[in-house]
Amino acid sequence: MPGETTDQPTRCEEARRMALTLSDEQTMVRDTARDFFETTTPVAEFRRLRDAGIPYSTDLWRQMAELGWSGILFPEDYGGSDFGFFNLGLVLEQSGRTLTASPLFATVALAGSAVLLAGTEAQKHRILPAVAVGERRMALAVDEKPRHNPAWIETRADKAGDGFRISGQKTFVIDGQTADEFIVVARTSGDAGNAGGLTLFLVPGDAAGVGRTATNMVDHRDTAHIALDGVTVAADAVLGAVDGGRDVLDRVLDRGRVALSAEMLGLAQASFDLTLDYLKTRKQFGVLIGSFQALKHRAAEMFCQIELAKSAVLDALSAVDEQRDDLPQAASLAKERLSDTCQRVTNECLQMFGGIGMTDEHDIGLYMKRARVAAATFGDAYFHRDRYARLGDY
Amino acid sequence: MEYLEEFRQEVRAWLEANCPASMRSPMPETETVWGGRKERYPNPEAKLWLDRMGGKGWTTPTWPKDYGGGGLSVHEARVLQEEMRRIQARPPLTSFGIGMLGPALLEFASEEQKHKYIPEIVRGEIRWCQGYSEPGAGSDLAGLQTRAADQGDHFLVNGSKIWTSYADKADWMFCLVRTDPEAPKHRGISFILFDMESPGVSTSPIRLISGNSPFCQTFLDDVRVPKENLVGPLNGGWTIAKRLLEHERTMIAGIGGMMGGTGGPGMAEVAKDYVGAVEGRIADSGLRDKVAKHQMDGRSFALTMRRVTEEAKQGHGAGAAASVLKYFGTEQNKRRYELLVSLLGSQGLGWDGDGFSERELVTARQWLRSKGNSIEGGTSEIQLNVIAKNVLGLPD
Repeated sequence: MPGETTDQPTRCEEARRMALTLSDEQTMVRDTARDFFETTTPVAEFRRLRDAGIPYSTDLWRQMAELGWSGILFPEDYGGSDFGFFNLGLVLEQSGRTLTASPLFATVALAGSAVLLAGTEAQKHRILPAVAVGERRMALAVDEKPRHNPAWIETRADKAGDGFRISGQKTFVIDGQTADEFIVVARTSGDAGNAGGLTLFLVPGDAAGVGRTATNMVDHRDTAHIALDGVTVAADAVLGAVDGGRDVLDRVLDRGRVALSAEMLGLAQASFDLTLDYLKTRKQFGVLIGSFQALKHRAAEMFCQIELAKSAVLDALSAVDEQRDDLPQAASLAKERLSDTCQRVTNECLQMFGGIGMTDEHDIGLYMKRARVAAATFGDAYFHRDRYARLGDY
Repeated sequence: MEYLEEFRQEVRAWLEANCPASMRSPMPETETVWGGRKERYPNPEAKLWLDRMGGKGWTTPTWPKDYGGGGLSVHEARVLQEEMRRIQARPPLTSFGIGMLGPALLEFASEEQKHKYIPEIVRGEIRWCQGYSEPGAGSDLAGLQTRAADQGDHFLVNGSKIWTSYADKADWMFCLVRTDPEAPKHRGISFILFDMESPGVSTSPIRLISGNSPFCQTFLDDVRVPKENLVGPLNGGWTIAKRLLEHERTMIAGIGGMMGGTGGPGMAEVAKDYVGAVEGRIADSGLRDKVAKHQMDGRSFALTMRRVTEEAKQGHGAGAAASVLKYFGTEQNKRRYELLVSLLGSQGLGWDGDGFSERELVTARQWLRSKGNSIEGGTSEIQLNVIAKNVLGLPD
C-alpha cells in the first residue's frame, strides 16, 4: 500500500525542486541572449525589416546558428549542442524583448521537436544537422480554421503506390512563406474531428502541388496559407507511425505553446519596463505621472500578473526537459497566462503612454500587435482554459 | 539527494511511530490547535501530537535548535512537510507566535528574550495576539496613539487596540506603543510584550458580518509593563513592526494559497453537483471557464510561492514578494468564495437551519469572512502602494 501512494508524488516533488530559479549556466545563456538581441536586433531593426517587407533576417539566423541556438535541442550526434528546452526558452524570451523574429520557433521548437520525438534515425540524420547549421528551415502545417483547432483535420493523405497523395488546405502556417520543408498533419483514416487517424508527413517545400499564399498580419511575421493539391510523397516521408500522429502532434504543440509563452514573457516584461520608464520621466500637471495612485496601482497589478505568468513559464519549460506527465497542464497554464497577460499589459501600457502610444513612431504599438497575434497562436486563453478543464475531467 | 532520501526514511519512521491515528485525517476548523494556557484540546490526541512535535522542534522545523526549533534545512523541512502530507497528518499547532512573532524575535530580540519566549512558542505553551491597529490607526498604522509612559523600571501603557485576533483567547500580546509623542510618527514607536492577565487589560469581542467574533477590541488602562519586555531599541519599534508585517502578509497569503491556491478539494466536483454535468463536464460553459481560470490562478500562485521561497534561499529578499503574495493570495481567496457561492446558487447563501448542509453553511460564513482578507494585514491598496514604491520605484 505505501508504495502505491508514495513513490509518484515524491518523484514529482523531487523533479520540481530545481525548477523555478536559474542555474549559473542558465543565467549565462540568458545574459548572452539578452546582449545579442539588444545589440544585433533592437526594435529599430524590426522596423527596418517591416518597412522593407522582410519577415526576418536570414543573416541573423546564420549568426544565431553560429551561437549554437539552432541546434540547442539536438544531441551532439546530430550536430546539436544539447542545451535543452529550458535554455531554448530563455533565448526566445530575450528575442521577445526586442520583437525579434527568427526561425528559432517554427524550425527548432516545433519541427525540431517533432523530428526528435518521432523521426527515424535516417530522418534525424538528414534533417537535424542541416537545421543545426542554419541551412534548413521548417514549418509545421496543422490548422485549417481561423481559430486554433488541432482536432479538426480535413486534409487527407491517401495511399498511392508505395507512398501517399496529400490534399487539403492549411491556414496561418508559421514561417510558411520561407520554409524549405513542411511537416504536414493529414488524415489517413476517419473523419475531421476524430481524435485518431492522423499522420505526420515530411513534405519538401518545392514539391509539385504545394502552393503558398502569404498572409501578412499585424505583427508582420512570416505566415502563409498552404495549399496541398495532390502532393505525392514516398513512404519514408511519414514521420512516426501511420494513424499514430495525434500523440506526437499533441506533444509537439505543447512544446510550441511553451516556447511561444517564453517569447511572450519577454514581450510583456519589455513592454512593462518601457512603460515604467515613461511613468518616471513624463510630467503632467507639474508632476511625474508615476506619482498618481491611479497609475501606480495599475502598474503594481500588472507586475503581479507578470510575476505569476513568469512562474508558469519557468515551470512549463522545466516540465519539457524533465519529461513530466503534467506537461499538457503546464503548457496550457503557461499559454493561457501569457495570452491574457500580454494582451492586458500591452493594452494598459499603450493607454499609459497616451496619444504617443497610438503613433506608429512609438514602439508600444508594435508590442501590442505582436502580443495579439501570439495570443491567438496555438490556442488563446479561452482555448486553454477549456483544455485545462478537460484535462482535469470537468 | 541521497542524504535527503535517508532523512525521508527517518522522518517517515518517526511519524509512523508518533503521529496518533486520529491526527491523520483532514482537520475540521473547530479542531485547530492554537495552544496556550486556555487551549482545551477537544481531542486528547491533539495534545499528545503537539507535545511530540513540539518536543522535536518540528512545529517550527527551520528555527534554530538553541531555542527549541527543529534546526532543519529548507530541503529537510520540505521533506518533513511532504511526509506529513503523505499521511494526511494535521498541523500540530497553528499560531501567530510561529507565523509572525517568532521570526521577528529571532531577528531583533536579545539572547535572553529569545531563550525566554521562543521555546514557549515552539511548544505551543503561550498563545500570542497582535496589538497593532487602533480605532484611529488602520491603514495609517504609524499614526497609532497608545501611549507607553516611562516610569523608571516600567512603562505605563494607556490606549486601545482593535481587530486584535483572538485577544480573548490569547495569553500574551506583542504590541506597538508610542514612547515618544514629540518625534515624527515613525520614530516614536516601540515594540513591547506583555501578559494579557496584567491588571488593566480587558477585551471585548467584535461581531462581524459572518456572525462570528474572531476579533476583539482590547483596552489598556494603566497597564504596567516591565522595561525588560521592550524588544529592540526604544523608539525603534517601527522597523520590527514592518518586518513582522512581511511575515504576517506571507502567512495570510499562505492561507489563500492553501485554500484557494490548489483550488481546494473538489471545486470541479462541487460544480458538477450543483450546476449539473453533461458528458462529465460542468454543464454551464461560463461557470466552467471560471472554475478553470480559478484553478489556473491557484496553480500559478502556488508556483510563485515556491519560486519566491527558492529565490529567498538564493539571497534575494522576500520583502517585496510578501506584498505580491499577500495581494494576490487574498484576492484569490475572495474570488474562490465568490465562485463557490455562485456554484452553490441559493444553497450557498444560507445563514442557519436545516434547509442547508453543514458544508453549505460553512461556505456562506467563509465567503463573508473572506471579505476581510484583503483588509487585514494591510489592505490590498496598501500592498499595491508598497509594490509601486519598493519594487517599481515609482515616485511619491
